[in-house]
Amino acid sequence: MPMTEQAPGAHHPQPRARTGGTPPTVVEHVTGAQSLIRSLEEVRADTVFGIPGGAILPAYDPMMDSTRVRHVLVRHEQGAGHAATGYAQATGRVGVCMATSGPGATNLVTPIADAHMDSVPLVAITGQVASKAIGTDAFQEADICGITMPITKHNFLVTRAEDIPRTIAEAFHIASTGRPGPVLVDIAKDALQARTTFSWPPVTDLPGYRPVTKPHAKQIREAAKLIVRSKRPVLYVGGGVLKAGATAELKVLAELTGAPVTTTLMALGAFPDSHPLHVGMPGMHGSVTAVTALQKSDLIVALGARFDDRVTGKLDSFAPFAKVVHADIDPAEIGKNRTADVPIVGDAREVVADLVQAVQLEYSEGHRGDYSAWWKDLSRWRETYPLGYDQPGDGSLSPQQVIQRIGQLAPEGTVFAAGVGQHQMWAAHFIDYEHPATWLNSGGAGTMGYAVPAAMGAKAGRPDRTVWAIDGDGCFQMTNQELVTCALNNIPIKVAIINNGALGMVRQWQTLFYNQRYSNTVLHSGPGATGREPSAGTRVPDFVKLAEAMGCVAMRCERPEDLDKVIAEANAIDDRPVVVDFIVHEDAMVWPMVAAGTSNDEVMAARGVRPDFGDNADD
Amino acid sequence: MSKHTLSVLVENTPGILARIAALFSRRGFNIDSLAVGVTEHPDISRITIVVNVEDLPLEQVTKQLNKLVNVLKIVELEPGAAIQRELVLVKVRADNETRSQIVEIVQLFRAKTVDVSPEAVTIEATGSTDKLEAMLKMLEQFGIKELVQSGTIAIGRGARSITDRSLRALDRSA
Repeated sequence: MPMTEQAPGAHHPQPRARTGGTPPTVVEHVTGAQSLIRSLEEVRADTVFGIPGGAILPAYDPMMDSTRVRHVLVRHEQGAGHAATGYAQATGRVGVCMATSGPGATNLVTPIADAHMDSVPLVAITGQVASKAIGTDAFQEADICGITMPITKHNFLVTRAEDIPRTIAEAFHIASTGRPGPVLVDIAKDALQARTTFSWPPVTDLPGYRPVTKPHAKQIREAAKLIVRSKRPVLYVGGGVLKAGATAELKVLAELTGAPVTTTLMALGAFPDSHPLHVGMPGMHGSVTAVTALQKSDLIVALGARFDDRVTGKLDSFAPFAKVVHADIDPAEIGKNRTADVPIVGDAREVVADLVQAVQLEYSEGHRGDYSAWWKDLSRWRETYPLGYDQPGDGSLSPQQVIQRIGQLAPEGTVFAAGVGQHQMWAAHFIDYEHPATWLNSGGAGTMGYAVPAAMGAKAGRPDRTVWAIDGDGCFQMTNQELVTCALNNIPIKVAIINNGALGMVRQWQTLFYNQRYSNTVLHSGPGATGREPSAGTRVPDFVKLAEAMGCVAMRCERPEDLDKVIAEANAIDDRPVVVDFIVHEDAMVWPMVAAGTSNDEVMAARGVRPDFGDNADD
Repeated sequence: MSKHTLSVLVENTPGILARIAALFSRRGFNIDSLAVGVTEHPDISRITIVVNVEDLPLEQVTKQLNKLVNVLKIVELEPGAAIQRELVLVKVRADNETRSQIVEIVQLFRAKTVDVSPEAVTIEATGSTDKLEAMLKMLEQFGIKELVQSGTIAIGRGARSITDRSLRALDRSA
């Protein structure tokens, strides 16, 4: 059984770490700051993205001497946070970012919230004012533990130097095990300055943290029974499958059962897009086949997915005929939105591996599902409603074609990071994801500005890979300064600005639901713009000049006939970051679409095109 | 809406009450009452929460609470199998005419008079919510000047203790 295509660095579930079994050999006499850097070395954090400042300053002194920790000096703490996220998503390891107290720490709030929504293992280390000054509204003081409480998996305030190694060990353990997530460690300045001793490993103490990874055998058998008895099953695959490194097991399960597979926005690459069993992405902008497959299924096997509202549409009309097997490592996800007939708590890799065995057992007893009628329907929908787009009539570039060609011309194993909006959905649709950890995006939080810093983090973690950021001109203007970081630190990413001169996704909604009144979505001109000016607009800012000023190679592409040449040129450069300003048609829209708040039965294949499911509509 | 009493064992760390209160508010769960105190083990606190929910959200409440790293254990105490108590201190208007009537009510409810002055009587009473409500209703006619009430605390009947296993877990890791 070939077990290839596994997500890199997938954590292997293990029972609660209880270190301290072997007595530490050497005790070092150090400062708290030195013990922090030593701890980061011991947990094998090889890259830290951050910016120094008053309260965290003591930590930056020993950082300078560390040969095992590379610090990347970013231009904005938000960039540090997203870079750590991109690093984590591309490598499967814990991403680390660092900032000072007060505004440094609050600038990390967005990327921490982003990582929390997408279950990314992240450790954020912040300086805090001296312990005696906490609570006095001291200079650059912010209660970052209080602020991040609802957006972290856990956080710590450390006021004693001797607690630093244990806290770092616990933070990395919590961030990377169970359902991964961000952990913040806030360290008071006097704790960093105090003298202490360092020894490794520290004794960790987390009696209330015991993630369940081993699925219940009886539930697995129940799930297998439903799979072989169902007639219209769908494997609904979420980001948990990537995080658990369960992609090889998933392929075995899919091919064993012959059930269709749909991968969510967070799970693209968990199952090859080119695989005949793959029916596309579900949800608001999912493929007609995937959306309809879920709607008409009689069994949904949810693996590491959470029935997000962007997938289900109007919840009470979602998949009305389906029984639900819901497997997730987080018990609180099961039954949260959709009641599960068979709940399974466990690590996706163990769940899928156990399911394979249980299904094989059912087969050996002569129970086997017949999905041939189901596949007849699925194939018909797939043929009738493929993903597609129209070329603009005026000879301008189509954004979908730009993204599609970038995907087709990219070297094997290229990592793509998208911002948020139309370009994100087109990148999800028109690039084929064949391998895990090749698609990074902000799914749950929908954080504009994610792409450039996340691509930077991915490239820092995987320098062997080509990394393309697919960004919008709106997103790009939020975080492009990290290209300076890339240029100065030898992190040669490539950025495609899909420049339609507008906040495209919002504009699309204004086109569809607000009578084409383009209130504040035109980016290339000032007040008074009707939004119907040619997209070339004022060219403010000039992205080519901007990128050049930041030390990047910059190009512009405006005509379809130049497209392949420009992309090839960008691909050929490997010693500097590259930015390509693709001037695209502004009226392109993302289809299919389920309008917000409506049922997935109302999926529109294209504007004004409601799929006809014929006689199958009510079964 | 139905009421449930949850006993939550937590590590006695700073900020744990804030974590629990914030969780309830951001998930939209309603708290009827909340009481906190240390247990026989100084490292463990016990939080008794009375929540007002339908059955399905209660499962969400306990699952979300369990995700908090400092939460060790959650037990729902069924009313029939547990003893539940609240404490009230109530200051009732009194004069020479009404004082004896008030004292009579205090005795009926097995409460205690803890302070007396010419114009008022302060009463301490413990019991179930129902009993205390009944007593307060009787006292209303005299005029309640001030009332302070604790959250409900509860403990299961019988020999079993919900702290046993958690204590062992903590000892192991110490």
